Amino acid sequence: MEKIRYERPVIKKLNTGVMNKYGTRTEYTPVTNIDGARVKDLISEFGSPLFVMSEQTIRKTYKDAVRAFTTRYPKVQFAWSYKTHYNNAICSVFHQEGSWSEVVSGFEYNKALLNGVPGNKIIFNGPDKTDDDLILAINNESMIHIDHLDELYRIIELTDELKKRPKVAIRVNMDTGVYPMWDRFGFNYESGQAWDAINKIILTNKMDLIGLHTHIGTFMLTPSAYAVAATKLLDLAFHIKSKFGKNITYIDMGGGFASRNTLKGSYLMGADSVPTFDDYAEAICSALLNSEYSKEDLPLLILESGRSLVDEAGFLLGTVLANKRLSDGRKATIMDFGVNILFTSFWYEHKISPAQEFSHYTEDSVIYGPLCMNIDVIRENITLPPMKKGDNVVVHTVGAYNMTQWMQFIAMRPNIVMIDMDGKPHLIRKKETLEYMNSLEITPEYLKDFKL
Amino acid sequence: MKIKKNVAISESGFIFNPTTGDSFSTNPIGLEIIRMLKDDKSKDEIRKSILSKYITDESTFEKDYYDFVMMLQTNQVADDSE
Repeated sequence: MEKIRYERPVIKKLNTGVMNKYGTRTEYTPVTNIDGARVKDLISEFGSPLFVMSEQTIRKTYKDAVRAFTTRYPKVQFAWSYKTHYNNAICSVFHQEGSWSEVVSGFEYNKALLNGVPGNKIIFNGPDKTDDDLILAINNESMIHIDHLDELYRIIELTDELKKRPKVAIRVNMDTGVYPMWDRFGFNYESGQAWDAINKIILTNKMDLIGLHTHIGTFMLTPSAYAVAATKLLDLAFHIKSKFGKNITYIDMGGGFASRNTLKGSYLMGADSVPTFDDYAEAICSALLNSEYSKEDLPLLILESGRSLVDEAGFLLGTVLANKRLSDGRKATIMDFGVNILFTSFWYEHKISPAQEFSHYTEDSVIYGPLCMNIDVIRENITLPPMKKGDNVVVHTVGAYNMTQWMQFIAMRPNIVMIDMDGKPHLIRKKETLEYMNSLEITPEYLKDFKL
Repeated sequence: MKIKKNVAISESGFIFNPTTGDSFSTNPIGLEIIRMLKDDKSKDEIRKSILSKYITDESTFEKDYYDFVMMLQTNQVADDSE
């Protein structure tokens, strides 16, 4: 007799309670391939855990976002947010699609230059720009977004030394009716700080104020807040025009659009509740178009979206290390990936799918990572089929921030592959090795000898 | 280890314990094990039956059986009386 596939015996208590119209969602539909590449093959070739990026999804998502804005507004430019995912291959996909770069450090700035982005297509944001960074950006005619007065005065000094007129914008923070209000970056609108900085820039006549920038928050679920922000930036632009007779070249609305992830504590799944690109575009473009600008004078609209463009293109493949039963009867499954490489599990309920066929029986589980640290919890509650040691899973929507915020802690960081448009995987970042980690460390000679 | 006499077990794996009022669902292999326990089969007989029918090994079965039986006891579907 031919033997049949084994599944761990499970018994699940049926709880009756107050039902809601959405019911509960179980994640037992297996995901056996990504863009045509088999999950099992990817793991056997590149190891587990493994980050997988889908080039197809990046390009499609980018085109969707561009379409949402360009069908509503005549002048639109995206600038890829390097901090969201600054792997060179990923950045190059965005640059091939026409995206400029938006960077927030000298490290990111130089990465963009090395990727081949012309200096005048780099937007330099953030509170930390060293003298060397500023000199490089001024010489390259990059768009320098001034964050504070100390930076403004330093740029004025540098213009004298370099005999150049930098192209600058100021970052403006403001009350858009959402909480928390991000007031730590840039100059405040309501208190008059922003207008004061604009006057200083224009009246010192040492640099060209070409833009106004804001970034109102992150994972913004209220598109109307962007309309408020756009209106306030336009108000500043009109004041500049009426007082100094100058037109602003661009309005940079920053990023902060939500991805389809589910925030912890959310009642609805992210995919069902987050605004679409069209929702954001409608709010922003309507505010710009309904302003008093004539068609010819409309400023270029720059967007620095990161998370919403790349999150869904990222997958994390992993393997079950062990199952155990907790003292309260809950099932716990230990995976080979932890919060050290899946940083976003601190704030998202990541969707996790099995990578092989199962029956439709499920059990409630806790998903732990492999770290010997109590905080290493990937999902506190999830309903999954009974998995056994060696089974594989796919974690969804991990493309944003994980591969820049990941930590080398206890274990080393794994390989990243990108599946190209034809379904072929390419290794785009090698996993770290002990040799590489040790090459960065220096042990003083006198510590090298010891007897135990 | 015995399944309690008054526990009702359906063909589809639905289990009802009238003593506690709790109901449960189990997967086909779980149902098979519960039935064998109800028929007073020993652990060794159950082990042989499962290993001859399914693609698994002795240590995996041992581990899973122990966990399953513990859950039957925790949920008062079975008791350890002879």
